[in-house]
Amino acid sequence: MESKEVRLMKGNEAIAEAAIRAGADAFYGYPITPQTEVMEYLMETDSYARTGMVVLQAESEVSAINMVYGAAATGHRVLTSSSSPGISLMCEGISYIAGAELPCLLINVSRGGPGLGTIQPSQADYFQTVKGGGHGDYKLLTLAPKSVQEMADFIAEGFDLAFKYRNPVMILADGALGQMMEKITLPEQRPRLSEYPDWATNGTPEGKERRFVTSLNLLPQQHELVNQRLQAKYRQMEREEVRFESIMCDDAEYIVVAFGIIARIAQKSIEQARAKGHKIGLFRPISLYPFPIGEIEALSREKRVRGFMSVELNAGQMIEDVRLAIEGRKPIGFFGRLGGMVPTPEEIENALYRQFGL
Amino acid sequence: MDVKDIVKPENLVYRKSRLMSDATFNFCPGCGHGVVVRTIAEVIEEMGIEHDVIGISPVGCSVFLYDFYKFDVVEAAHGRACAVATGIKRVQPDKYVFTYQGDGDLAAIGTGETIHACNRGENLVIVFINNGIYGMTGGQMAPTTLEGMKTTTCPRGRDVKTMGYPLNITPLLAQLDGVCYVTRHSVHTPANVRKLKKAFRQAFENQRDKKGTSIVEVVSNCNSGWGLTPKAANDWMIENMFKKYPLGDMKVDGKLVMDMNAPR
Ligand SMILES: Cc1ncc(C[n+]2csc(CCOP(=O)(O)OP(=O)(O)O)c2C)c(N)n1
Ligand code: SF4
Ligand SMILES: [Mg+2]
Repeated sequence: MESKEVRLMKGNEAIAEAAIRAGADAFYGYPITPQTEVMEYLMETDSYARTGMVVLQAESEVSAINMVYGAAATGHRVLTSSSSPGISLMCEGISYIAGAELPCLLINVSRGGPGLGTIQPSQADYFQTVKGGGHGDYKLLTLAPKSVQEMADFIAEGFDLAFKYRNPVMILADGALGQMMEKITLPEQRPRLSEYPDWATNGTPEGKERRFVTSLNLLPQQHELVNQRLQAKYRQMEREEVRFESIMCDDAEYIVVAFGIIARIAQKSIEQARAKGHKIGLFRPISLYPFPIGEIEALSREKRVRGFMSVELNAGQMIEDVRLAIEGRKPIGFFGRLGGMVPTPEEIENALYRQFGL
Repeated sequence: MDVKDIVKPENLVYRKSRLMSDATFNFCPGCGHGVVVRTIAEVIEEMGIEHDVIGISPVGCSVFLYDFYKFDVVEAAHGRACAVATGIKRVQPDKYVFTYQGDGDLAAIGTGETIHACNRGENLVIVFINNGIYGMTGGQMAPTTLEGMKTTTCPRGRDVKTMGYPLNITPLLAQLDGVCYVTRHSVHTPANVRKLKKAFRQAFENQRDKKGTSIVEVVSNCNSGWGLTPKAANDWMIENMFKKYPLGDMKVDGKLVMDMNAPR
């Protein structure tokens, strides 16, 4: 019988431990609060001694993401983690990785902006993550964990998705998830890669065609084809990779849509409201791209559902996607706190009553 | 005599490296880039390491290296070649990794990546083409542009008071402990090409022997960007570029061999 290893860990530590156990080959990063413990943990626990996983502190996030690009080009499992300002710096590199169709795992333990902002948790990087960030028509397959357990679980899954689609995968967390401690079941150790994909530029083997990695195409006719291939891949993700959690939505008259840490707080608010007889449900998108459009649309078509509310740690970003899914069929409201503030369950509960006229 | 007689093996004095494809160079006629590109291929072929080589071509006139070489090449963002090379080399320490960077790439937008890769002593070969200008984008001022030299963004000549001084970066890099070999060459005569070839060989052998960073700078021309004929460009290079950027070794086997008091 396999014995599961249970440990009390910070979210950032869970990312690091899970990366080692996912058989990652390399981590390249640059310190930034509130995710610095990721690299610290990797160094402290000596990932290199454990599995041969390389860890290198780069001189900047610009450099780190380009190191990721290099290792990804050679078919290795590579990841980086950062927080909002650092992710902004990485955006050119992320666009190159998407353009060159390379797999890698990116983690944003996001904080409040704009600018240097605050080190407190925020979801203000939603637009940056799912609507672009860098230049060009690309998409990041984005997973939003709500717990330390999911922080750990999404690592191996993220790598597998990245390789399946040859596309960068982003885990969009926040400072609260990074810093808080929870008891988690650790994933099993899996081996590092021993064979690399055919496209990997890790030296042309004897008798094989040489490979190259680029995102450049001077001919627009050719480059349109590349873009069409990327788009076809994104459509496939939209068909196959939508992930969500639906809590108490079956009989709900009102639906709260929330992702990540705030979804957990909103769940508490909803439970309190239910105790008072209000039928409210929680819909939690887990994949932010591809967004669960079809599922939200279906809810909006239910006769019993009278309204929606998007609850976010920002000024209202995901609400745009929810609104697109609802297409005006039902009213939608918004509640959010800004700049690193996190609402209490009661604040959200009261906002629900105001919004839904309860 | 028929052409078939001419190409008989016993008549062969020079052939294109097996590692060069048949793609047409995108370089302007007379440009030094092409000579440097094929010289690297010759060295890799002679060392027999082509199955273990990964080249990095960042943005610049040489961005299409992957079209010219028959070994693995990764294109990189402008300035980031040394970071990409580091990312590769750290997970594959037994491969040979080289970057091929222009002066804008290595000494302006990518200065940070270059200095830190060198400072970590990344076991790489850095090929640095110093043509004093941004060739690819049509001849703008580079960090290496000489004082008074005209480019499209300093049409009245580089005014060092407002635009800064020509950046002689390799002597600076030579002083970093992680760097084992720094040398400066040119390709304007066959003798110089032969010297360059030896330098490349030395650099790749350093990498094989895990000695740290090797930097081979080539002072080159950009006849198009300079607005000169190929011949006039080479003459201008000898007359002006070599004064500011004298040829020769700066660091060999980890020891500085340059005259620190020489005008730089
Ligand atoms: C981020 C970014 N900024 C600017 C450019 C435009 N650009 C392409 S090549 C280049 C300069 C190339 O000059 P150099 O590195 O000296 O190479 P050369 O063409 O002279 O060999 C510039 C500015 C770019 N591609 N990416
Ligand atoms: S623009 Fe200058 S550097 Fe570029 S290929 Fe032409 S001559 Fe060479
Ligand atoms: Mg140049």
